[in-house]
Amino acid sequence: MWVYEKKLQFPVNVRKKDLKMANAIFTQFGGPNGELAAALRYLSQRVNMPTSKAKGLLNDIGTEELAHVEMIQALIYQLTKDATPQEYKDAGLQGYYGIWDGSIFPSSPLGEPFTTAYINNVGDPIANIYENLAAEEKARSTYEHLLNLTNEPDIIKPLSFLRQREIIHFQRFGELLDDLQLHKEMKTQFVVRKDDK
Amino acid sequence: MDNMLSKHDLMQKIQELSFCAVELNLFLDTHPNNTQALRDYSYVLSELQKLKLLYSQKYGPLLGFGESYVGSDYWQWVAEDEKWPWEGDMKI
Repeated sequence: MWVYEKKLQFPVNVRKKDLKMANAIFTQFGGPNGELAAALRYLSQRVNMPTSKAKGLLNDIGTEELAHVEMIQALIYQLTKDATPQEYKDAGLQGYYGIWDGSIFPSSPLGEPFTTAYINNVGDPIANIYENLAAEEKARSTYEHLLNLTNEPDIIKPLSFLRQREIIHFQRFGELLDDLQLHKEMKTQFVVRKDDK
Repeated sequence: MDNMLSKHDLMQKIQELSFCAVELNLFLDTHPNNTQALRDYSYVLSELQKLKLLYSQKYGPLLGFGESYVGSDYWQWVAEDEKWPWEGDMKI
């Protein structure tokens, strides 16, 4: 069961239209390292995890990712609100406008529809957690690319918050990986540590 | 004191405390025996519950599906003069 809470996790209040920036931000909605992919990845993987800690962490991070999807939607919505066809044209986004008008379709900035081919769930908990660690790092790096594209504080604040969340999730997944590697039912153990030398 | 806060400031306080709750929740998922974090979580929870009740009494339900206080004589969840979270607060 999920319950919607009528609030954003972090405020998004954009005062100035910027269609090009909105387009770039689409990658964190329907792109390969986006929040939607993250939510679906963790909420799918949680089901078969061997420990309660692992089920809980994937459940909770997956749930937080849905709140991030909403923040990304808020950014795109506010950055494109009331844009005219001419403004879409001036931003080089007449293709997007032609198909989707001002609606927020889960796609990448290149107009590729969202696909679950971006994610995986291979059964082996260790392999899944390694994928998640990589996914968090790729998302962090994507936020850094987006931050390089703007000087607008209204956009920088929420993007910086989301970037920081990727770092925390990476940390928690790292702790979970350690925990799973020590779990008695784990068949494979690939532990990279200094004291193993 | 919280009674005097504007809608915007009350929401911001809820967002701040709610962030603490998320952060402590994830930390506790991998450190379930950390009593300090558990105490902090309980403290944040009790403060958050007070603020959420106050908010929903003044401005309508924060949660749907039977999870939030309803005080008005109509279904305020879909009030036309209320913005949804993604629509932003242009007055800021």
